[in-house]
Order: sequence, then structure tokens, then C-alpha cells
Amino acid sequence: MTPADQLATFGHVSYDMAHLIGAVILMMSFGLLYQRRLTAVIRIYSFQAMVLALAAAWQALVQDAPHLYATALIALLFKGLAVPFALNWLVRRLGIHRTVETALGIGPTMIAGVGLVALSIVLVLPVTASAAAMTRENLALAMSVVLLGLLMMITRRNAVTQVVGFMSLENGLILAAVGAKGMPLVVEISVAFSVLVAMALFGIFFFRIRERFDSLDIAYLETFRGERQ
Amino acid sequence: MSGSLAALIPLGLTDPLTGVLGLPLAGAIALAMVPNWRHAAVLNVVIAAATFASSLRLLSARPVETSLLFIDDFNIYLVVLTAFVGCTTALFSAAYIGRESKTRRLASRHLRFYHSMYQAFLFTMLLALTANNIGVLWVSVEAATLTTVLMVSLYRTREAIEAAWKYFILCSVGIGLALFGTVLVYLAAQPVMGDGAAAMAWSQMVRRAGAFQPDLISLAFVFLLVGYGTKVGLAPLHAWLPDAHAEGPTPISAVLSGLLLNVALYALLRFKMLIAANGHALQPGPLMIGMGCSSIFVASFMLYRRGDIKRLFAYSSIEHMGIMTFAFGMGGPLANFAGLLHMTMHSLVKSAIFFAVGLIIQATGTKRIPDIRGLTTSVPVLGWTFVIAVLAIAGLPPMGIFMSEFLVISSTFARNALLAVPVMLGVLLTFGALIWRLQGMAFGHPGPLVADGGRRFATAHAIGMVPLVAHLALALVAGLYLPDALVKWFQAVGKLLG
Repeated sequence: MTPADQLATFGHVSYDMAHLIGAVILMMSFGLLYQRRLTAVIRIYSFQAMVLALAAAWQALVQDAPHLYATALIALLFKGLAVPFALNWLVRRLGIHRTVETALGIGPTMIAGVGLVALSIVLVLPVTASAAAMTRENLALAMSVVLLGLLMMITRRNAVTQVVGFMSLENGLILAAVGAKGMPLVVEISVAFSVLVAMALFGIFFFRIRERFDSLDIAYLETFRGERQ
Repeated sequence: MSGSLAALIPLGLTDPLTGVLGLPLAGAIALAMVPNWRHAAVLNVVIAAATFASSLRLLSARPVETSLLFIDDFNIYLVVLTAFVGCTTALFSAAYIGRESKTRRLASRHLRFYHSMYQAFLFTMLLALTANNIGVLWVSVEAATLTTVLMVSLYRTREAIEAAWKYFILCSVGIGLALFGTVLVYLAAQPVMGDGAAAMAWSQMVRRAGAFQPDLISLAFVFLLVGYGTKVGLAPLHAWLPDAHAEGPTPISAVLSGLLLNVALYALLRFKMLIAANGHALQPGPLMIGMGCSSIFVASFMLYRRGDIKRLFAYSSIEHMGIMTFAFGMGGPLANFAGLLHMTMHSLVKSAIFFAVGLIIQATGTKRIPDIRGLTTSVPVLGWTFVIAVLAIAGLPPMGIFMSEFLVISSTFARNALLAVPVMLGVLLTFGALIWRLQGMAFGHPGPLVADGGRRFATAHAIGMVPLVAHLALALVAGLYLPDALVKWFQAVGKLLG
């Protein structure tokens, strides 16, 4: 353990701040699962991305890794501002239903979400015993955000909410990447993800993927699995 | 921007890898600007051929390893194979896409886009294969997904868009999970290798993998298996694969099956090698054997219910990827040898089958298997070649697939006879399904043909047959006689794979 790692433990400001920011991102993931209105979902996603920007900036400061400021800037401008703006525009333009259709009720989803967070803590904390404490907690939070994003994609029917689920999953991945001390290529990875997200939005618009009609709804997959004959 | 991407450019100028990576990248940009699709199709073939030629140069002059790119015994043959199939598919595509543009009313801007994306796709696959940095590997697999999504949706029909969307969402989640696994591998490596690029360079990591924290890379491997496994098309993560194969243009089905699935499996194997080098982490074998078996079974049962010819062979790809994953999961020199051989043979034969399927669809005007009848009578040359190709993929001797499947089963039998039973059953079930379907399509009273498009079509058709016959001939030669050099090579890589 280097001296810098020793500083980054419980009770030290760099650790506490990172922990707090990570926890806020996780709370936002629960918010996404809880919301029934599409506009609110988009607003929470925007807030989550902005907090992610803060997390990246904080890590840039603590790790003395200036390239992470670029990641923070991408998170703030692209994910926090441009994407929510585009999503709102899409919802208005395509006349998408404002209520979220769920495949699983809100209550059970929240319980499953709590279970997933417990799972990630149980999985991550023992295996990272040798890593710096900051990395460990950060990783557990990031994995929870990833799994909650996955849960949202599974339990929501509309294409737009599925894309939001994917983007929040991606926030968890970026949180993991910025928390991994000294990891190279983080900026490139966040650019690559931004391209994916842009493609998803473009896809929704261009192909008019609205609700069930063209979504990944289970009910619809039944008809598409075979061949239409 | 950290300078790592910019570092690729000067690197390319001093290195034999230049051609292999630079040509398709330059081609993607150049083809986006060629307005006439006929010129673009020819240029596409020329660039792909030049890429193949420079990939052959790698065999003699191996480039210096850097922390971003490297060539070793394992990836070099996949680079050559990818460049070769990329080149033959470009030739097939040139013959195929012209007629497609008439019948499916593809606008010329769509074709321009298609050719540009084809080169971009080759570039991303070759970059993934030559990447030393596991982050670069991930970014290129992600980019390969994006380019293929765009090509699958080329026809803009409802089915094509649905297939592309499904492919996009499922594989995005898959590669997202693979990234999480990649971050975990970095975290496992970082205490040993120190911060920065060294802790992501595969060739440096594998030398010191023994000191990595075993639990962390075990957890990482689970994420990587689910993530890259989605792209390999392993059941139960295969839902995207049949749709993407069925709805995209046929040359894309050929490279998806023949190349992209291999690249995803290659990515997974790189991490398996890290785990094998570590020695204390979980055994990846049982996980891979389990997923391999489930893919073989799901695919072989699904084959019986298919009514769409492209979907039929897409499920057959799932089965073959299952066999490979199974073989690599068994591990050991012989099973790895069989897996590598199967990877090569499947690439050649499956892309040949999709070439044949493309020509058949153009000749008969339908994808529905019940409507395709008596091909050996109506289009004898194509029909008989198709029969040979299907017999080859079903695993009949003397083609190469027979040999590799035989090796997989016999090496499994020698070590754990019970495990060989499900594979053998799956192979037999698939064989039955394919022969049953083939009989209806190839023999009997011929169905109606689409009116012939005159001499130009006949020429295009003949050109399309060239890569088809070339692939089958290679598979036949490999089935009868493998050159010693190749055998030694496969054995050496088989040892590396652990």
C-alpha cells in the first residue's frame, strides 16, 4: 500500500467525498426504478450524470489524473445536458406515452434492487481485500449501479426507458473506471460509450421506435422468435 | 485526450501492421466518398485484397510488440483468416449487392454507406485481434458491434430494424458487462503491475499473472464470459444472433458468422489464458463447457423448427460456437487444437454457406425453406455446391469440420467419457436437422426461379461462385491433409491456451 492509498481510507476527506458521491449516484438509480413518469425518469437520469461528472472530477483531483476532467466534462455536457434534452425532444416529437410501462411492479422491483445492492457488496468486498479501501467501496457502488441499470432494462417495456436503463448502467461502468486508480483509456472508453448512446437516441428517432410496437417487449418477442408464416 | 489513440498513427508508419490496420481504415473513409456503387464495390475488393496481402507479410516479419498492439502465435492466424475471409466476402459482395440494389431498391447512398461500413467493420475486427491493451480490445469489439448494427438495418424494413435494435440493445449490455470485467482485470493487475498502460497490456500481464489476486480475476471472468459470451452467441445469451443474421444483407451474415463470432471468442480466450497463467483463480473450464453444451443443445433443437434458410444456418453457427467453447473449456493440447481447427474450418465453411444461400435467395426470390425446392435440377452448379457445403457443415468426412468435430469428441472421450455424450448427441441432432432440410431444398421437383437478369446477372453469379468454391476447396484440403507447419502452429497455440 502506498502512502497515498493509506490516506484514502475511512475518515479521510478524499475517501468520504468519493463515497458520498457514489452513494448519491446509487440513490439516483433507485429513483429511476421508482419513477412512473417518463419526464421524471429523464430528469433523474440527467441528475445522475451530473453527479457522475462530479465523481469523475473528484477522482481527477484526488488521483492527480487530469485526463479524468475530460471524462467529467463529457458526463456533464453530453450525458447531463445534451442527452436529456434530446430525450425530451424525442418524447414530444414522437408522441411517446408519458407513463412508464412496467413488466414487474414498482414494489417488487425495488426489493429486487435492494437484493442486487446486497449481492454486489457481498461479492465485491471480500474479493478486493488487498485493494485500496477507496477502490473497494467505489467498486461495490459501481457494480450496484450496473446491476440496477440491468434491472431497469429488464423490467421496463418502453424503448426509451430501456435506453435510459442502459445509460444508467453505463454511468455505473464509468464510475468503476474512474475509481480504478491510474486506469488508462478511461476517456476513450467514455467517448466510445457516448457514441453508443448517441446511436441509441438516433435509432429511436430514425426508426420511430416507440412503445411496444418495436421494443424488446417480451410479449412481442414471442411473435418474432420464429418466422412469420 | 490522453495521447494513446494519437500514438496509433506514428506507430503505423514504422510497422508491418500498417497495412493490416491502415488499409481498411483508410478504405472506410475513402469509400464513404465514392458516389458510384459499382466503383465502390470494386474498390472494396481491391482494399480487402491488399489487406489480405499485407496480413501475409506478418507471417514472415513479425512486428515489435507495443503496449497497444502486438502479434503473437495465437492472433496471427486469426488475423490472416479474417483478412482472407474479408477479402473473399468483398468479392462475393461485389457480385451480390448489385442485384440486391435492384430488387430491394437500395438507394446508392445506402450502398456507399454499406461499403464504407464494410471496411470499418474489417478494421475494428483486425484491431480487436491485434490489440495488446485490453481496453483497446474492448473499444474495438464495441465498434465492431456498432458497424454491424448499421449494416444489419440496411434494408430499412420493419424486420431489419427490429433485428438491428434487438442486436444493438442486447450486445450493448453484453459489452457493457465485458467492460466491467475489464476494469476488474485492471484492478487485479494494478497492485502487481503498477498504474498505467502496463496493467492493461495483455502480453505483460500474462507473464506476471501468477501474482494477481485470484478472487478478483475470477469475478472478472464471470463478467467477461457473460459479456463477450453474448457476442459469441452462447445460449442463453444468443437471442440477437438469428435475427441479425436473417435480416441483414447476406455478405454481412457471412462475416458475422465467419469472423465476428470468432473475434468475440478470441477476446474471451485471451482472458482465459490470463486465468490459466494465474493458476489459483476459478477454473474457467466448467463454465465454458456448460455454456458450450447449452448452446449445442438449444441450437440443435431449434434447427428443426426453422422455416427461414438464413435463420437455419444462424442456429447452426450457435451450435458450432458452442462446440468451440466446449473444446476450449475442456482445455489441454488436443482439445485446444481441435477448437482452433474448428474455428478456422467453421469460418471458411459457414461463410461459404452464406454465399450459397445469398445466391439461392437471389435465384429463387424467397428465404422460406418450403418454397425452395429441387435446386440441383433448377440451378445444378449452385445446387450441388450447396449440397457439398451443407454436408461439410453437418460434419461429414472428408471435409475439415468432420476432422475437428471428431477431434473434439475423441479428446473429450479420452478424458471424461460422460461429457462426450451431450456433444455427440448435439452433433447428431444437428446433422439430422440439416440433412432433412437439405433434402427438401436440393432435391425433388424444382420450384420456380426468378426471371433471369440476362448476361450481366450470369457473370455476377459466376463471380459469386468463386469465393464459395475457394472456401470449400480449402476446407476439403484441410480435411484431407494439414500441412506440418500448420499442425505445429496449432499445437504451439494449443499449449498457450492452457
